[in-house]
Amino acid sequence: MAPATAAPVEVREPEVTDRTDLLRPWKVIVWNDPVNLMSYVTYVFQKLFGYSREKAHKLMMDVHTKGKAVVASGPREKSELDVFRLHEHGLWATMEQD
Amino acid sequence: MPWRLPLRRTRSGTYQLSLSAQHRQLLQALTKQLLAVIAAQPDEPSLRRLAPPAYTSDPRAEQEYRRLMGADLEERRSRALGVLASTAGATELSAEQLDEWLRALNALRLWLGTLLDVSEDEGAEEPEDDWHAAYRFLTALQAYAIDALEGAR
Repeated sequence: MAPATAAPVEVREPEVTDRTDLLRPWKVIVWNDPVNLMSYVTYVFQKLFGYSREKAHKLMMDVHTKGKAVVASGPREKSELDVFRLHEHGLWATMEQD
Repeated sequence: MPWRLPLRRTRSGTYQLSLSAQHRQLLQALTKQLLAVIAAQPDEPSLRRLAPPAYTSDPRAEQEYRRLMGADLEERRSRALGVLASTAGATELSAEQLDEWLRALNALRLWLGTLLDVSEDEGAEEPEDDWHAAYRFLTALQAYAIDALEGAR
């Protein structure tokens, strides 16, 4: 019996990268802008993330002097909600994966 | 009339609002104007800071974010502006109303600041026109609002 020529079966490699992609946390970044007041930005960080005044102030200063700061990180859905709440408060926020 | 803090927390947890009639009218006029621009020309460049992108390097994800969140974002902003316009004549604000004020004032500043192309340079000479004066008024009022709210913490 002639061996059946096995038709090349396209085996879909499990997309390992996708899995690790899903697990990699997202970073929520706030960018510096000339309009938002320093005191307002500090206030919003405290209000939205429950940060202490000191931590909120330090993050605000990072935004102000370095141009941006990572203000939160976590799963995609949570980060998207964080970005939405920052946008609701008029802050210039974006998100990207680590 | 002696000068008073524009916003002062009362013992019962509300906020006393002391503004001139002229400033109250200015708040109403600016709010009305911004709402009109949003309704008539939502793609106006001066509005771009009111809805910044969430994803800068993934157009599909950004489109999806807009689809899911865009209407909510706009609705909340309109509500804040609506509260500001309807209570601009009040003598007292609740904590919730002041929270809406804070975001409405910020939206107005983002719009005017973009329109006037303000810079961060505090020493920069600013023209003495009505628009810049309005922007400075909003900035001062927002700073007072934050002070009043911070005092409550």
